[in-house]
Amino acid sequence: MSPRPPGADLPDHPDRLWSAGEPKSSYDVVIVGAGGHGLATAYYLARNHGITNVAVLERGWLAGGNMARNTTIIRSNYLWDESAGIYEHALKLWEGLEDELDYPLLFSQRGVLNLAHSLQDVRDGVRRVEANRLNGVDAEWLDPRQVKEVCPIVEISPDVRYPVMGGTFQPRAGIAKHDYVAWGYARAAAALGVEFIENCEVTGLRVSDGRITGVDTTRGSIAAGRVALCAAGHTSVVAATAGIDLPLQSHPLQALVSELLEPVHPTVVMSNAVHVYVSQAHKGELVMGAGIDAANSYRQRGAFHIIERQMAAALELFPIFARAHVLRTWGGVVDVTPDASPIVGLTPVDGLYLNCGWGTGGFKATPGVGWCFAHTVAHDEPHPLAAPFSLDRFVTGALVDEHGAAAVAH
Amino acid sequence: MLLIPCPWCGPREEAEFHYGGQAHVAYPEDPAALSDEEWARYLFFRDNPKGVFAERWSHSAGCRRWFNALRDTATNQIHGVYRVGEPRPVAS
Repeated sequence: MSPRPPGADLPDHPDRLWSAGEPKSSYDVVIVGAGGHGLATAYYLARNHGITNVAVLERGWLAGGNMARNTTIIRSNYLWDESAGIYEHALKLWEGLEDELDYPLLFSQRGVLNLAHSLQDVRDGVRRVEANRLNGVDAEWLDPRQVKEVCPIVEISPDVRYPVMGGTFQPRAGIAKHDYVAWGYARAAAALGVEFIENCEVTGLRVSDGRITGVDTTRGSIAAGRVALCAAGHTSVVAATAGIDLPLQSHPLQALVSELLEPVHPTVVMSNAVHVYVSQAHKGELVMGAGIDAANSYRQRGAFHIIERQMAAALELFPIFARAHVLRTWGGVVDVTPDASPIVGLTPVDGLYLNCGWGTGGFKATPGVGWCFAHTVAHDEPHPLAAPFSLDRFVTGALVDEHGAAAVAH
Repeated sequence: MLLIPCPWCGPREEAEFHYGGQAHVAYPEDPAALSDEEWARYLFFRDNPKGVFAERWSHSAGCRRWFNALRDTATNQIHGVYRVGEPRPVAS
Protein backbone atom coordinates (compact mmCIF):
# COMPACT_ATOMS: atom_id res chain seq x y z
CA MET A 1 0.00 0.00 0.00
CA SER A 2 1.42 3.36 -0.95
CA PRO A 3 1.90 5.85 1.88
CA ARG A 4 -0.88 8.34 2.44
CA PRO A 5 0.11 11.88 1.55
CA PRO A 6 0.53 14.22 4.51
CA GLY A 7 -2.76 15.77 5.52
CA ALA A 8 -4.90 13.23 3.71
CA ASP A 9 -6.55 12.08 6.93
CA LEU A 10 -7.34 15.51 8.31
CA PRO A 11 -11.02 16.40 8.61
CA ASP A 12 -12.40 18.80 6.01
CA HIS A 13 -12.06 22.37 7.07
CA PRO A 14 -15.49 23.95 7.53
CA ASP A 15 -16.40 26.68 5.06
CA ARG A 16 -16.69 29.22 7.83
CA LEU A 17 -15.90 29.16 11.55
CA TRP A 18 -18.18 32.14 12.14
CA SER A 19 -20.86 33.95 10.23
CA ALA A 20 -19.84 37.23 8.61
CA GLY A 21 -23.13 39.02 8.40
CA GLU A 22 -24.64 42.28 7.31
CA PRO A 23 -24.94 44.75 10.16
CA LYS A 24 -28.36 44.95 11.80
CA SER A 25 -29.77 48.35 12.72
CA SER A 26 -29.20 47.87 16.44
CA TYR A 27 -27.48 45.72 19.06
CA ASP A 28 -27.38 45.57 22.84
CA VAL A 29 -23.60 45.81 22.73
CA VAL A 30 -21.30 46.90 19.93
CA ILE A 31 -17.62 46.05 20.31
CA VAL A 32 -15.23 48.14 18.22
CA GLY A 33 -12.35 46.01 17.00
CA ALA A 34 -12.28 42.28 16.21
CA GLY A 35 -8.82 41.63 17.55
CA GLY A 36 -8.09 39.25 20.37
CA HIS A 37 -9.48 41.53 23.04
CA GLY A 38 -12.67 42.31 21.13
CA LEU A 39 -13.29 38.65 20.36
CA ALA A 40 -12.58 37.50 23.90
CA THR A 41 -14.82 40.25 25.29
CA ALA A 42 -17.63 39.16 22.97
CA TYR A 43 -17.21 35.54 23.99
CA TYR A 44 -17.30 36.22 27.74
CA LEU A 45 -20.22 38.66 27.37
CA ALA A 46 -22.19 35.77 25.89
CA ARG A 47 -20.81 32.97 28.04
CA ASN A 48 -20.58 34.63 31.46
CA HIS A 49 -23.33 37.23 31.24
CA GLY A 50 -25.84 35.87 28.73
CA ILE A 51 -25.57 38.96 26.53
CA THR A 52 -25.69 37.62 22.99
CA ASN A 53 -27.18 40.46 20.92
CA VAL A 54 -23.64 41.61 20.25
CA ALA A 55 -21.81 42.78 17.14
CA VAL A 56 -18.05 43.02 16.82
CA LEU A 57 -17.18 45.65 14.20
CA GLU A 58 -13.84 45.46 12.45
CA ARG A 59 -12.47 48.01 9.99
CA GLY A 60 -10.27 45.41 8.29
CA TRP A 61 -10.59 41.68 8.65
CA LEU A 62 -11.02 39.60 11.78
CA ALA A 63 -7.81 39.49 13.82
CA GLY A 64 -5.83 41.24 11.09
CA GLY A 65 -4.36 44.01 13.24
CA ASN A 66 -2.09 43.50 16.19
CA MET A 67 -3.58 40.05 16.78
CA ALA A 68 -1.81 39.00 13.57
CA ARG A 69 1.36 40.92 14.38
CA ASN A 70 2.38 40.14 17.95
CA THR A 71 5.12 37.79 19.09
CA THR A 72 2.66 35.54 21.00
CA ILE A 73 4.44 35.65 24.36
CA ILE A 74 2.31 34.78 27.38
CA ARG A 75 3.49 35.44 30.95
CA SER A 76 2.29 37.01 34.18
CA ASN A 77 5.55 38.01 35.90
CA TYR A 78 4.76 41.69 36.36
CA LEU A 79 5.93 43.64 39.39
CA TRP A 80 2.89 45.20 41.03
CA ASP A 81 -0.05 43.49 42.74
CA GLU A 82 -2.55 45.13 40.37
CA SER A 83 -0.75 43.71 37.33
CA ALA A 84 -0.21 40.29 38.87
CA GLY A 85 -3.97 40.16 39.45
CA ILE A 86 -5.08 40.65 35.88
CA TYR A 87 -2.15 38.96 34.09
CA GLU A 88 -2.21 35.90 36.36
CA HIS A 89 -5.99 35.66 35.90
CA ALA A 90 -5.27 35.61 32.17
CA LEU A 91 -2.59 32.94 32.50
CA LYS A 92 -4.92 30.70 34.52
CA LEU A 93 -7.53 31.07 31.79
CA TRP A 94 -4.92 30.27 29.13
CA GLU A 95 -4.21 27.03 30.98
CA GLY A 96 -7.76 25.82 30.37
CA LEU A 97 -8.54 27.65 27.16
CA GLU A 98 -8.14 24.84 24.62
CA ASP A 99 -10.75 22.80 26.50
CA GLU A 100 -12.93 25.84 27.09
CA LEU A 101 -13.03 26.77 23.40
CA ASP A 102 -12.71 23.19 22.15
CA TYR A 103 -10.11 24.44 19.72
CA PRO A 104 -6.36 23.81 19.40
CA LEU A 105 -4.31 26.87 20.33
CA LEU A 106 -0.79 25.40 20.34
CA PHE A 107 -0.48 26.78 23.87
CA SER A 108 2.98 25.76 25.00
CA GLN A 109 4.19 26.49 28.54
CA ARG A 110 7.86 26.50 27.70
CA GLY A 111 8.78 29.23 30.19
CA VAL A 112 10.07 32.77 29.83
CA LEU A 113 13.53 33.98 30.75
CA ASN A 114 14.03 37.70 31.41
CA LEU A 115 17.78 38.24 31.35
CA ALA A 116 19.79 40.63 33.52
CA HIS A 117 22.90 42.33 32.15
CA SER A 118 23.78 44.78 34.90
CA LEU A 119 23.75 44.90 38.69
CA GLN A 120 20.64 47.05 38.52
CA ASP A 121 18.96 44.46 36.27
CA VAL A 122 19.89 41.80 38.84
CA ARG A 123 18.41 43.79 41.74
CA ASP A 124 15.25 44.54 39.76
CA GLY A 125 14.94 40.92 38.66
CA VAL A 126 15.34 39.47 42.15
CA ARG A 127 12.85 41.98 43.50
CA ARG A 128 10.36 41.03 40.80
CA VAL A 129 10.80 37.32 41.54
CA GLU A 130 10.00 37.94 45.21
CA ALA A 131 7.03 40.13 44.33
CA ASN A 132 5.75 37.46 41.94
CA ARG A 133 5.99 34.74 44.59
CA LEU A 134 4.09 36.85 47.10
CA ASN A 135 1.34 37.14 44.48
CA GLY A 136 1.25 33.42 43.75
CA VAL A 137 2.98 33.82 40.40
CA ASP A 138 5.63 31.17 39.73
CA ALA A 139 9.06 32.75 39.46
CA GLU A 140 12.68 31.75 39.98
CA TRP A 141 15.98 33.58 39.93
CA LEU A 142 18.57 31.77 37.80
CA ASP A 143 22.31 32.33 37.75
CA PRO A 144 24.06 32.32 34.34
CA ARG A 145 24.81 28.61 34.50
CA GLN A 146 21.15 27.82 35.21
CA VAL A 147 20.15 30.16 32.37
CA LYS A 148 22.35 28.05 30.10
CA GLU A 149 20.67 24.88 31.33
CA VAL A 150 17.23 26.22 30.47
CA CYS A 151 18.34 27.63 27.12
CA PRO A 152 21.63 26.08 25.93
CA ILE A 153 22.06 28.41 22.96
CA VAL A 154 22.31 31.58 25.08
CA GLU A 155 25.82 33.03 25.16
CA ILE A 156 26.80 33.43 28.84
CA SER A 157 30.48 34.20 28.35
CA PRO A 158 31.65 37.10 30.56
CA ASP A 159 33.62 38.48 27.60
CA VAL A 160 30.70 39.85 25.60
CA ARG A 161 29.69 43.48 25.70
CA TYR A 162 26.63 42.88 27.90
CA PRO A 163 27.27 39.63 29.76
CA VAL A 164 24.35 37.63 31.13
CA MET A 165 24.42 38.05 34.91
CA GLY A 166 21.35 35.95 35.57
CA GLY A 167 17.69 36.01 34.80
CA THR A 168 14.17 35.57 36.05
CA PHE A 169 12.33 32.46 34.90
CA GLN A 170 8.60 31.84 34.86
CA PRO A 171 8.10 28.16 33.97
CA ARG A 172 4.33 28.48 33.37
CA ALA A 173 4.82 31.20 30.77
CA GLY A 174 5.03 30.39 27.08
CA ILE A 175 3.53 31.02 23.67
CA ALA A 176 0.35 30.21 21.74
CA LYS A 177 -0.66 30.39 18.09
CA HIS A 178 -2.19 33.86 17.82
CA ASP A 179 -4.40 33.15 14.80
CA TYR A 180 -5.85 30.04 16.41
CA VAL A 181 -6.68 32.02 19.54
CA ALA A 182 -8.67 34.50 17.46
CA TRP A 183 -10.41 31.79 15.48
CA GLY A 184 -11.18 29.79 18.61
CA TYR A 185 -12.79 32.76 20.32
CA ALA A 186 -14.63 33.81 17.15
CA ARG A 187 -16.02 30.33 16.57
CA ALA A 188 -17.12 29.92 20.17
CA ALA A 189 -18.67 33.40 20.33
CA ALA A 190 -20.46 32.88 16.99
CA ALA A 191 -21.96 29.67 18.34
CA LEU A 192 -23.46 31.73 21.17
CA GLY A 193 -24.97 34.24 18.73
CA VAL A 194 -22.36 36.98 18.43
CA GLU A 195 -22.06 38.59 14.98
CA PHE A 196 -18.85 39.74 13.32
CA ILE A 197 -18.94 42.50 10.76
CA GLU A 198 -15.73 43.03 8.84
CA ASN A 199 -14.78 45.91 6.54
CA CYS A 200 -16.83 48.11 8.83
CA GLU A 201 -14.84 51.03 10.18
CA VAL A 202 -16.32 53.04 13.04
CA THR A 203 -16.11 56.68 11.96
CA GLY A 204 -17.92 58.22 14.91
CA LEU A 205 -19.46 57.52 18.30
CA ARG A 206 -23.02 58.82 18.70
CA VAL A 207 -23.58 60.45 22.06
CA SER A 208 -26.81 62.02 23.26
CA ASP A 209 -27.21 63.70 26.66
CA GLY A 210 -24.00 62.14 27.90
CA ARG A 211 -25.04 58.64 26.90
CA ILE A 212 -23.86 56.49 24.00
CA THR A 213 -26.58 55.72 21.46
CA GLY A 214 -24.64 54.00 18.71
CA VAL A 215 -21.89 54.27 16.17
CA ASP A 216 -21.48 55.66 12.66
CA THR A 217 -19.63 53.30 10.38
CA THR A 218 -18.54 52.99 6.78
CA ARG A 219 -21.50 50.61 6.44
CA GLY A 220 -24.07 52.93 7.96
CA SER A 221 -25.22 53.86 11.44
CA ILE A 222 -25.78 51.19 14.06
CA ALA A 223 -27.67 51.83 17.29
CA ALA A 224 -26.22 50.32 20.45
CA GLY A 225 -27.12 50.27 24.12
CA ARG A 226 -23.48 49.96 25.05
CA VAL A 227 -20.24 50.37 23.11
CA ALA A 228 -17.00 48.72 24.12
CA LEU A 229 -13.77 50.01 22.57
CA CYS A 230 -11.11 47.42 21.76
CA ALA A 231 -9.43 49.43 19.01
CA ALA A 232 -5.81 49.27 20.26
CA GLY A 233 -3.63 51.72 18.32
CA HIS A 234 -6.61 53.59 16.89
CA THR A 235 -8.42 54.11 20.22
CA SER A 236 -7.45 57.80 20.37
CA VAL A 237 -9.01 58.38 16.95
CA VAL A 238 -12.30 56.66 17.85
CA ALA A 239 -12.57 58.17 21.35
CA ALA A 240 -11.93 61.66 19.99
CA THR A 241 -15.21 61.47 18.07
CA ALA A 242 -16.96 61.48 21.47
CA GLY A 243 -14.76 64.31 22.71
CA ILE A 244 -12.69 62.03 24.95
CA ASP A 245 -8.96 62.70 25.23
CA LEU A 246 -6.80 59.80 26.35
CA PRO A 247 -3.23 59.65 27.66
CA LEU A 248 -2.17 57.46 24.73
CA GLN A 249 0.51 57.72 22.08
CA SER A 250 0.39 55.45 19.03
CA HIS A 251 3.70 54.02 17.83
CA PRO A 252 4.78 51.35 15.37
CA LEU A 253 6.15 48.18 16.97
CA GLN A 254 8.13 45.84 14.76
CA ALA A 255 8.81 42.13 14.75
CA LEU A 256 10.36 39.64 12.38
CA VAL A 257 10.73 35.94 11.73
CA SER A 258 13.60 33.89 10.38
CA GLU A 259 13.37 31.10 7.88
CA LEU A 260 12.24 27.74 9.29
CA LEU A 261 14.90 26.07 11.40
CA GLU A 262 15.24 22.82 13.28
CA PRO A 263 14.18 23.15 16.94
CA VAL A 264 17.04 25.03 18.63
CA HIS A 265 15.30 27.35 21.08
CA PRO A 266 13.35 25.57 23.84
CA THR A 267 11.95 28.57 25.73
CA VAL A 268 11.29 32.32 25.38
CA VAL A 269 14.14 34.75 26.06
CA MET A 270 13.60 38.43 26.70
CA SER A 271 16.24 41.01 27.43
CA ASN A 272 15.53 44.59 28.40
CA ALA A 273 19.08 45.81 28.28
CA VAL A 274 20.28 44.56 24.91
CA HIS A 275 16.70 44.63 23.78
CA VAL A 276 15.30 41.70 21.93
CA TYR A 277 12.80 38.97 22.70
CA VAL A 278 12.95 35.63 20.94
CA SER A 279 11.07 32.37 20.79
CA GLN A 280 10.79 29.65 18.19
CA ALA A 281 7.37 28.99 16.72
CA HIS A 282 6.12 25.43 16.44
CA LYS A 283 6.66 25.56 12.70
CA GLY A 284 10.31 26.50 13.20
CA GLU A 285 10.66 30.24 12.64
CA LEU A 286 12.56 32.26 15.18
CA VAL A 287 10.14 35.01 16.21
CA MET A 288 11.79 38.21 17.40
CA GLY A 289 10.36 41.49 18.59
CA ALA A 290 11.88 44.94 18.76
CA GLY A 291 11.23 48.09 20.76
CA ILE A 292 8.78 50.69 19.56
CA ASP A 293 9.73 53.27 16.96
CA ALA A 294 10.23 56.52 18.84
CA ALA A 295 8.05 58.75 16.68
CA ASN A 296 4.25 58.59 16.83
CA SER A 297 2.80 56.98 13.75
CA TYR A 298 -0.26 55.11 12.53
CA ARG A 299 1.68 53.40 9.75
CA GLN A 300 2.01 49.66 10.24
CA ARG A 301 5.70 49.72 9.45
CA GLY A 302 8.75 50.95 11.28
CA ALA A 303 12.26 52.15 10.59
CA PHE A 304 15.02 49.82 9.48
CA HIS A 305 17.54 50.98 12.05
CA ILE A 306 15.27 49.57 14.77
CA ILE A 307 15.41 46.14 13.11
CA GLU A 308 19.18 46.48 12.72
CA ARG A 309 19.60 47.14 16.45
CA GLN A 310 17.30 44.26 17.30
CA MET A 311 19.30 41.85 15.16
CA ALA A 312 22.53 43.06 16.70
CA ALA A 313 21.06 42.33 20.12
CA ALA A 314 19.87 38.90 19.04
CA LEU A 315 23.30 37.98 17.68
CA GLU A 316 24.98 39.09 20.88
CA LEU A 317 22.80 36.71 22.87
CA PHE A 318 22.57 33.93 20.30
CA PRO A 319 25.71 33.76 18.14
CA ILE A 320 24.30 30.73 16.30
CA PHE A 321 21.65 32.97 14.72
CA ALA A 322 24.38 34.56 12.58
CA ARG A 323 23.55 32.40 9.60
CA ALA A 324 19.78 32.50 9.91
CA HIS A 325 18.03 34.48 7.21
CA VAL A 326 15.26 36.92 7.90
CA LEU A 327 12.08 35.77 6.21
CA ARG A 328 9.96 38.84 6.77
CA THR A 329 9.52 41.86 9.02
CA TRP A 330 6.36 43.74 9.83
CA GLY A 331 4.90 46.32 12.18
CA GLY A 332 1.74 47.03 14.11
CA VAL A 333 0.44 50.18 15.77
CA VAL A 334 0.45 50.04 19.56
CA ASP A 335 -1.13 52.48 22.00
CA VAL A 336 1.27 53.29 24.79
CA THR A 337 0.36 54.82 28.16
CA PRO A 338 2.60 56.89 30.44
CA ASP A 339 2.92 54.05 32.99
CA ALA A 340 3.09 51.08 30.59
CA SER A 341 -0.13 49.69 32.06
CA PRO A 342 -3.47 49.43 30.27
CA ILE A 343 -6.61 51.53 30.68
CA VAL A 344 -9.73 49.44 31.27
CA GLY A 345 -13.03 50.72 32.55
CA LEU A 346 -15.70 53.37 32.35
CA THR A 347 -15.56 56.68 30.49
CA PRO A 348 -17.22 60.07 31.02
CA VAL A 349 -19.88 58.89 28.52
CA ASP A 350 -22.51 56.52 29.96
CA GLY A 351 -22.53 53.19 28.20
CA LEU A 352 -19.11 53.69 26.59
CA TYR A 353 -16.32 51.47 27.90
CA LEU A 354 -12.62 51.64 27.36
CA ASN A 355 -10.05 48.91 26.90
CA CYS A 356 -6.81 50.30 25.54
CA GLY A 357 -3.24 51.22 26.35
CA TRP A 358 -1.99 47.63 26.33
CA GLY A 359 0.92 48.97 24.34
CA THR A 360 3.46 46.31 23.54
CA GLY A 361 1.96 43.50 25.62
CA GLY A 362 -1.74 42.95 25.02
CA PHE A 363 -1.71 39.44 23.56
CA LYS A 364 -0.88 37.66 26.83
CA ALA A 365 -3.81 39.34 28.53
CA THR A 366 -6.40 38.31 25.92
CA PRO A 367 -8.50 35.86 28.01
CA GLY A 368 -8.09 37.83 31.23
CA VAL A 369 -9.06 41.18 29.82
CA GLY A 370 -11.88 39.65 27.80
CA TRP A 371 -13.24 38.20 31.05
CA CYS A 372 -12.84 41.42 33.07
CA PHE A 373 -13.94 43.80 30.31
CA ALA A 374 -17.08 41.76 29.62
CA HIS A 375 -17.90 42.00 33.33
CA THR A 376 -17.27 45.76 33.23
CA VAL A 377 -19.61 46.19 30.26
CA ALA A 378 -22.29 43.86 31.62
CA HIS A 379 -22.42 45.40 35.11
CA ASP A 380 -21.53 49.00 34.22
CA GLU A 381 -18.84 48.89 36.84
CA PRO A 382 -15.22 47.79 36.70
CA HIS A 383 -14.36 44.17 37.40
CA PRO A 384 -12.28 44.17 40.62
CA LEU A 385 -9.18 43.04 38.70
CA ALA A 386 -9.64 45.86 36.16
CA ALA A 387 -10.52 48.57 38.70
CA PRO A 388 -6.90 49.68 39.33
CA PHE A 389 -6.54 50.40 35.60
CA SER A 390 -9.12 53.17 35.46
CA LEU A 391 -8.64 56.31 33.38
CA ASP A 392 -8.73 58.51 36.48
CA ARG A 393 -5.51 57.05 37.87
CA PHE A 394 -3.68 59.68 35.84
CA VAL A 395 -5.46 62.34 37.90
CA THR A 396 -5.28 60.61 41.30
CA GLY A 397 -1.66 59.61 40.73
CA ALA A 398 -2.28 55.91 41.46
CA LEU A 399 -0.13 54.83 38.51
CA VAL A 400 0.85 51.19 37.96
CA ASP A 401 4.37 51.64 36.63
CA GLU A 402 5.35 48.52 34.73
CA HIS A 403 8.10 49.91 32.51
CA GLY A 404 10.51 47.39 34.00
CA ALA A 405 8.36 44.31 33.62
CA ALA A 406 6.93 45.39 30.26
CA ALA A 407 10.33 44.30 28.88
CA VAL A 408 9.89 46.27 25.68
CA ALA A 409 11.60 49.62 25.27
CA HIS A 410 9.19 52.55 25.22
CA MET B 1 13.50 55.24 8.01
CA LEU B 2 12.51 58.87 7.86
CA LEU B 3 14.54 61.42 5.95
CA ILE B 4 14.30 64.45 8.20
CA PRO B 5 15.20 67.92 6.89
CA CYS B 6 17.03 69.53 9.81
CA PRO B 7 16.49 73.29 9.48
CA TRP B 8 20.20 73.81 10.18
CA CYS B 9 21.87 70.88 8.39
CA GLY B 10 19.48 69.78 5.66
CA PRO B 11 18.07 66.29 5.07
CA ARG B 12 19.58 63.57 7.25
CA GLU B 13 18.59 60.02 8.20
CA GLU B 14 16.28 59.45 11.16
CA ALA B 15 19.02 57.56 13.00
CA GLU B 16 20.81 60.88 13.58
CA PHE B 17 17.86 62.29 15.49
CA HIS B 18 16.24 61.96 18.87
CA TYR B 19 12.47 62.28 19.17
CA GLY B 20 10.89 64.74 21.58
CA GLY B 21 7.16 64.16 21.23
CA GLN B 22 4.50 66.82 20.87
CA ALA B 23 5.71 70.39 20.30
CA HIS B 24 4.40 73.57 21.91
CA VAL B 25 3.60 72.05 25.32
CA ALA B 26 4.42 74.95 27.60
CA TYR B 27 5.32 74.52 31.26
CA PRO B 28 2.44 75.94 33.31
CA GLU B 29 3.02 79.51 34.40
CA ASP B 30 1.93 78.78 37.96
CA PRO B 31 2.13 74.99 38.52
CA ALA B 32 1.05 75.20 42.15
CA ALA B 33 -2.22 76.79 41.10
CA LEU B 34 -3.27 73.85 38.90
CA SER B 35 -5.95 71.39 39.95
CA ASP B 36 -5.06 67.69 39.93
CA GLU B 37 -6.94 67.38 36.67
CA GLU B 38 -5.06 70.23 35.03
CA TRP B 39 -1.74 68.89 36.28
CA ALA B 40 -2.59 65.43 34.89
CA ARG B 41 -3.38 66.99 31.54
CA TYR B 42 -0.06 68.80 31.48
CA LEU B 43 1.91 65.76 32.64
CA PHE B 44 0.28 62.80 30.88
CA PHE B 45 -2.02 63.90 28.08
CA ARG B 46 -0.59 64.57 24.63
CA ASP B 47 -2.30 64.87 21.28
CA ASN B 48 -2.31 61.63 19.30
CA PRO B 49 -3.79 62.60 15.94
CA LYS B 50 -3.93 60.40 12.87
CA GLY B 51 -2.85 63.25 10.63
CA VAL B 52 -0.67 66.34 10.91
CA PHE B 53 1.26 66.47 14.19
CA ALA B 54 3.58 69.21 15.43
CA GLU B 55 6.49 67.46 17.10
CA ARG B 56 9.99 68.07 18.40
CA TRP B 57 13.20 66.52 17.12
CA SER B 58 16.77 66.94 18.26
CA HIS B 59 19.55 66.50 15.70
CA SER B 60 21.52 64.69 18.39
CA ALA B 61 24.19 63.22 16.09
CA GLY B 62 24.52 66.43 14.08
CA CYS B 63 24.15 70.04 15.12
CA ARG B 64 22.57 68.97 18.44
CA ARG B 65 19.82 71.58 18.07
CA TRP B 66 16.16 71.05 18.86
CA PHE B 67 13.62 72.01 16.20
CA ASN B 68 9.99 71.35 15.33
CA ALA B 69 8.44 69.43 12.46
CA LEU B 70 4.97 69.03 11.01
CA ARG B 71 4.56 65.38 10.09
CA ASP B 72 1.51 63.42 9.01
CA THR B 73 1.30 60.38 11.29
CA ALA B 74 -0.91 58.55 8.77
CA THR B 75 1.67 58.77 5.97
CA ASN B 76 4.90 59.85 7.73
CA GLN B 77 5.20 62.68 5.19
CA ILE B 78 7.00 65.68 6.70
CA HIS B 79 5.22 68.86 5.62
CA GLY B 80 7.80 71.21 6.99
CA VAL B 81 10.31 71.97 9.73
CA TYR B 82 10.83 75.15 11.70
CA ARG B 83 13.25 76.44 14.28
CA VAL B 84 12.48 76.78 17.95
CA GLY B 85 10.77 80.10 18.58
CA GLU B 86 9.26 80.28 15.09
CA PRO B 87 5.49 80.00 14.83
CA ARG B 88 3.92 76.77 13.63
CA PRO B 89 3.47 77.07 9.85
CA VAL B 90 0.16 76.27 8.18
CA ALA B 91 0.31 72.67 6.92
CA SER B 92 0.23 72.45 3.13
